[in-house]
Amino acid sequence: MQFGIFTVGDVTTDPTTGTTPSEHERIKATVAIARKAEEVGLDVFATGEHHNPPFVPSSPTTTLGYIAAQTKSIILSTSTTLITTNDPVKIAEDYATLQHLADGRVDLMMGRGNTGPVYPWFGKDIRQGIPLAIENYALLHKLWREDVVDWEGKFRTPLQSFTATPRPLDGVPPFVWHGSIRSPEIAEQAAYYGDGFFHNNIFWPIEHTRKMVQLYRQRYAHYGHGTAEQAIVGLGGQVFMRKNSQDAVREFRPYFDNAPVYGHGPSMEDFTQQTPLTVGSPQEVIERTLTFRDAVGDYQRQLFLMDHAGLPLKTVLEQLDILGEEVVPVLRKEFAALRPAGVPETAPLHPAYAATLTKES
Amino acid sequence: MFATEPLRIVAVSAGLSSPSSTRLLADRLAAATREQLEAGQDRPVDVRVIELRDLAVDIAGHLVSGFPSAALEEALSAVTGADGLIAVTPVFTASYSGLFKSFFDLVENTALTGKPVLVAATGGTPRHSLVLEHAMRPLFAYLRAVTLPTSVYAASEDWGAAGDAYADGLPARVRRAGGELAQAVAGGRAVSGASRNPGLDDEVVPFEQQLAALRPA
Repeated sequence: MQFGIFTVGDVTTDPTTGTTPSEHERIKATVAIARKAEEVGLDVFATGEHHNPPFVPSSPTTTLGYIAAQTKSIILSTSTTLITTNDPVKIAEDYATLQHLADGRVDLMMGRGNTGPVYPWFGKDIRQGIPLAIENYALLHKLWREDVVDWEGKFRTPLQSFTATPRPLDGVPPFVWHGSIRSPEIAEQAAYYGDGFFHNNIFWPIEHTRKMVQLYRQRYAHYGHGTAEQAIVGLGGQVFMRKNSQDAVREFRPYFDNAPVYGHGPSMEDFTQQTPLTVGSPQEVIERTLTFRDAVGDYQRQLFLMDHAGLPLKTVLEQLDILGEEVVPVLRKEFAALRPAGVPETAPLHPAYAATLTKES
Repeated sequence: MFATEPLRIVAVSAGLSSPSSTRLLADRLAAATREQLEAGQDRPVDVRVIELRDLAVDIAGHLVSGFPSAALEEALSAVTGADGLIAVTPVFTASYSGLFKSFFDLVENTALTGKPVLVAATGGTPRHSLVLEHAMRPLFAYLRAVTLPTSVYAASEDWGAAGDAYADGLPARVRRAGGELAQAVAGGRAVSGASRNPGLDDEVVPFEQQLAALRPA
């Protein structure tokens, strides 16, 4: 199983000090967090993509390319890449380039975004969100697999004799996840291609997550990519930990109460009960994360949101230490012991990257 | 559907006090509907009254957090799954109450498609009675529900008055409204709208079909 972190890239005021990081500080912190993730033994670092304040990651491959140069083994990914408003040709080029620079340590997750005005800002119609996701990905899929592409669709200028360069590293395109919270069409899309399905369940009751993943698994088997149990599933989660549960609750509460995404609504207690948010000891995080498997079956990737709610960099790095030292090693063992033979341990790896792992072990 | 499966009537009451005249009106309408449904057909009738007051904090929580509590989700699915809906609000500041609107803001916009809805309101004075026509009907028209011709407004004074030469009294209007809802439900006009939340009740559209829809003609 792959464990990692994903960042939204928000610039949020620390409610306990009133300090707001600058965009520069936030971008540098993102790099420090990615490096730390590798240092503590995590497998994946993923960044979101946003085109409005208070978010900084508008140019994911720039950031991921920079991180690639400063890391050796961690997989660089996205959470998500906007398949609706980005030109699929540019996605093909950007991520193939990143793949070469990072020697195959790259995969990515398609998403439709959660900010309405991004569509008109990029000349698109939000009512066409799903059709854009379907058509653009169909083109991206083709650009990475066929050297010369003739193509015509509804949303983009036609292409005649077009070759996306560079070609994917060693002819193997990056593995693709499709992220969706509530659209069965996207689960269906992921199943059709035999791609991964990521349910970002961080604001959703697990029962809903279970239904979406179940749909994806059934359709994955329907399209003949393997059994339902072999489908490639990823989940989100968000945690705050201290050695003693009460300390975690006391320290995180002001962040929870004031964070734009959490605060001013349900109490932290209600929120932790209804969503994957876990505020407590490392042991509580381990137990909670194992329950995800009860809901969705054996899965391949678990990403945690750690730099949330305006936590200062120092705290986030401490959290990563706890995650890497106390939580993930236990989870690796537990999940491995539970996983039946025949169910993939991880999402497919690029052969160039897989070879480096074999060398190390 | 089996003949023994009950017909489900759900009444939503947005009254804030306890006891409340809004709840009282909801109960009267539900009772009138049940009575006429049971007289007109054989299936059992299941009546459920949802008090939004009990869900007020959950409703606010859903608005800001984006997901419902278990109790609210259950109430929402009872509403969308009902064979007939009764919606009763007090009149606040010239319209339905904010709590009433907030609850229906959380109903998926196609989830009430074709559902027979009886609208009713309470107020301190009869001068607000057109709220039913200028606020409630457009709301349910947007939600694609089938709003019944008779809507029932109960001013404070209606609870202590009989009809006169110009209008029926409250009991007669309640009976007429309940009869219309019973007829709509028993007459099979009830079409349960497909809820998009959690979105998996729909048949999945095969991907080839989704792709084909995008191919240039």
